[in-house]
Amino acid sequence: MSRAELIIRSAGPHVSVQDGGRRGLMRFGVPASGPMDRLAFKSANVAIGNDPAATAIEVSLGGLTLECQSGSVDFAVAGGAFLVDHGEQTTGSWMAATLHAGQSLTLRRGQWGSWCYLALAGDVGATSWLGSTATHGPSGLGGGRLKAGQHLVIDNARAGEWIAHDFPCPIMARPRKLLHVTQGSQIRYFDASALSTLTKGLWTMTDKWDRMGVRLEGPSIAPHAPLDMPSEPVVRGSVQVAGDGVATVLLADHQTTGGYPKIATVLDADLDGMVQLRPREPLVFQVVEAGRAVSIARTHAHAVSRYLAGLKNRTGKVGT
Amino acid sequence: MTAPGPTFHAPLFHPIAEHALLVEFGTLINHDIHAAVMQLDAALATREVPGLRETVPSYASLLIDFDPIETDHCAIEQAVRTCLSHAEMTSEVAPASRKVSVCYDADLAPDLAAVAEATGLKTEDVIAAHLRGDYRVFMYGFAPGYAYLAGVPESIRLPRKATAVRDVAAGSVMIAGPQCLVTTLIMPTGWWVIGRSPTRILTNDPERPFLFDVGDEVSFQRISRSEFDRLDSAGGTA
Repeated sequence: MSRAELIIRSAGPHVSVQDGGRRGLMRFGVPASGPMDRLAFKSANVAIGNDPAATAIEVSLGGLTLECQSGSVDFAVAGGAFLVDHGEQTTGSWMAATLHAGQSLTLRRGQWGSWCYLALAGDVGATSWLGSTATHGPSGLGGGRLKAGQHLVIDNARAGEWIAHDFPCPIMARPRKLLHVTQGSQIRYFDASALSTLTKGLWTMTDKWDRMGVRLEGPSIAPHAPLDMPSEPVVRGSVQVAGDGVATVLLADHQTTGGYPKIATVLDADLDGMVQLRPREPLVFQVVEAGRAVSIARTHAHAVSRYLAGLKNRTGKVGT
Repeated sequence: MTAPGPTFHAPLFHPIAEHALLVEFGTLINHDIHAAVMQLDAALATREVPGLRETVPSYASLLIDFDPIETDHCAIEQAVRTCLSHAEMTSEVAPASRKVSVCYDADLAPDLAAVAEATGLKTEDVIAAHLRGDYRVFMYGFAPGYAYLAGVPESIRLPRKATAVRDVAAGSVMIAGPQCLVTTLIMPTGWWVIGRSPTRILTNDPERPFLFDVGDEVSFQRISRSEFDRLDSAGGTA
């Protein structure tokens, strides 16, 4: 099997190595991390025959440029509507092709979306922490953020298995403005009107975000109780409100416990779509009961599996 | 504590999104409530609950994370009620004792003077009170290796700040209410930083990546600035 060597020419902030994530360690303060948009990440991997959880590169709006120094490797880009400059060609994300020695590849912001994924056909060399290459952004532990000048080695690289082509971006991979939530466990720390303020209020994403969470702009929903309650577990999707009344939605690198009261939790099934929203884009919350939350999740999971199965079995492979 | 609601009660079940159930035993930080959390955690660990992915103990509640394709909130609640009704007692393991070094020099303790002012104590009295506390690891949280120690004496308990301060140094020893912790990363925090420790909680040892187990007893030992510098540059052993 062959090897491909890439060099990073430039990388925006928050461009990092991610795999399927690091589950089962929240009791030690370690969140799962992994891709912000898991559907796009899996799509990129499956499109070139990788395991859906294989190590890939997460690219933020800051973009990424790299160059292939030796070898050849098939790659796929999925997520958002990013622009992909490959050799002389410029196409949109949701595409696969082969990168050859001497060619450069740039992923940059396009019409919509905040995240895209670069999957490479082979084993991406990356540092593992506690059994996973997923980068925990705040600490840099795991595979880590990518910086200009850094080398990336792909072992067992596969190349030329696919004719360069696009594949469909499913509607469920688009930015999601309607977010389903369940009522928070600490609703008693808020005024009776707080939940209706959350669901009737006009909210927007802000530019105060990282992989841990995003602050929202909207009506103040300040908790009325003092901020000395014992910290309790929080999850990806928890909507917590600090003493200043500002709501924050926790994301992939979330803290595992928090002392600020949580007014609601966004369904996990809605989070991949939520993070594709850009700063200043609007969003609304809708409260659902637990049973409805489970049925939304199952419908979503079914649609994701059907899409990925179709992607895996599509035609276009060289020699088939 | 002035938080509304009962302080110790029969467990409350809160559905969290489509994939978790929070079992809440109370609203206080105390040994009995925490013991109930740990007992349920241990009981669930001995059972094969279909779809259960992981559990996260905290001061007064246990988060049970599950795969919503395999199970749902009702089935998990039923499994918890079965555990509770069987009152599956686990033999109490004698807690290990851990020592953590701390230096209280002013440049390593940006909030020490503010804590003294807010509590009406002299700086040295704040330090003495902190050293006197009996600490126990009640949970990990917030970030990798952040172990929450309860046991801060009444005289130096303050609510956390209304907004977080960014870029607080790794190794910071900080307090809020009855809680104390030693940070492992540069992070934002709303807690009061009263010292700095060279003791590493993220050990870098693959066999034992985290220094504490939940339930361990912890005591702080004061060290001089020169001792701090020596230990910190040596990678923080002991």
